[in-house]
Amino acid sequence: MTTLGVWIAALLTLFILSFLYKDNPFYKFAEHLFVGVSAGYGVAFTYHNILIPNLYVPLFKQGDYTLIIPLILGIMMVLRLFPKVGWVSRWPLAFVVGVTAGISLITYLQSNALVQIRETLRPFNTFGNVVIAVGVLTGLTYFFFSKEHKGVFGKTAKVGIWFLMITFGASFGYTVMARISLLIGRMHFLLSDWLGLIK
Amino acid sequence: MSVIEKLRNIDRRFIFVAIALTVIVPLLRPIGFPIAVSPSVQRLYDAIEQLPPGSKVLMSFDYDPSTMPEVYPMNLAIAQHCFSRNLKVVGIALWPMGVSLGQQALETAAEECGKLYGTDYVNLGYKTGGMVVILAMGRDLRETFPEDFRGTPIEQLPIMEGVRNLNSFKLVVDFSAGDPGVAAWVMIAQARYHKKVGAGCTAVSAPAFYPYLNTGQLVGLLGGMKGAAEYEKLLQSQGPATAGMDAQSIAHAVIIFFILFGNLVMLITKRKTERRSL
Repeated sequence: MTTLGVWIAALLTLFILSFLYKDNPFYKFAEHLFVGVSAGYGVAFTYHNILIPNLYVPLFKQGDYTLIIPLILGIMMVLRLFPKVGWVSRWPLAFVVGVTAGISLITYLQSNALVQIRETLRPFNTFGNVVIAVGVLTGLTYFFFSKEHKGVFGKTAKVGIWFLMITFGASFGYTVMARISLLIGRMHFLLSDWLGLIK
Repeated sequence: MSVIEKLRNIDRRFIFVAIALTVIVPLLRPIGFPIAVSPSVQRLYDAIEQLPPGSKVLMSFDYDPSTMPEVYPMNLAIAQHCFSRNLKVVGIALWPMGVSLGQQALETAAEECGKLYGTDYVNLGYKTGGMVVILAMGRDLRETFPEDFRGTPIEQLPIMEGVRNLNSFKLVVDFSAGDPGVAAWVMIAQARYHKKVGAGCTAVSAPAFYPYLNTGQLVGLLGGMKGAAEYEKLLQSQGPATAGMDAQSIAHAVIIFFILFGNLVMLITKRKTERRSL
């Protein structure tokens, strides 16, 4: 990164961090700049890296006329911007939803349901296997709402809540770690690339 | 106003300053806390160690600059490991910004190990479609990626000789910050094409992928900066993740302190209120 680039990045980082003190014009400037640059970059990237190589070149230069179908679907999707004919966009959207559901259904069922169920039903020869089985069964019990959570059923559901709480706690811990990592990344940039205090 | 009352109403900006200091000071004055390698990281390291030299590894760069501090170090470390083992690396991206970040990691690692673009590694660039791209690669990679990210036809790249589809790769490693990412690779490359899949992901998303690890759908998993630091330890290198781990540990300790302290103050206030009401 050039010296000018480092300075711009450093100042914009400080502008964004200044929100921690209070909302201010510097933060607003950086925020708006980010939104504008992201949108501009997104449009340019889509045009040069998706539309041109995947549609324009094969359709108009190489004569792959099957691409007329996605071209029409794409135009129908853009009609969403015009309220009077916006309803047309539902058709390509339905196509996308249908194809995605069709592709995902079997693979999702296989990877995220069947394999997971199989691995839950392991012999109780290790503590981990017992914890997994108890956690799954009690957790599912908690989410069974057709019977009142009373007596043995209620106590089982309560154990399920404990498992859920521990899961949420672990997830929150990971989230904290992720956010601190991002802060470390920015601070490392400011201290090394900008100020040169870390070699 | 009592001390407890003052503590309850403490300006949150003091907490921001405290967290900032706990991050800045260890970065300037590293302490060198020990880093323990977890089994999930060791398993991915072992999977790469077991590959014979010359094997092809597919890397998918599915992240962007917003998650760079977490994902880039693991991308760099695994690229360094692959090149040091004389493995060939083919990179793709399911996220637009992943192309340049992945290329940066590959170039840095290749320079250290004296590897050449086109012969030892290649970056085929970005393709939109997520899961559909992986499906298409399973059938015919050349049709999906006819050229690399620079526009060079893949027929002109020596590394792509003999590469037809996903079966040409001994291992797939996904660097993921969300969707499309690890789940898509597991669902298609592992479940449908029976490829070995390893992953490095952000800490936020790591808990969602541990079930894949438990079932063997993932050969290994690196979660966040900690996972990257553990991998750097296995490589015996002082990378960017290791540099940040002291700050990470101290910041966590301070946050734990604040959580305990906040709850203690709340409990004391609650008791005082109860006593007054009696």
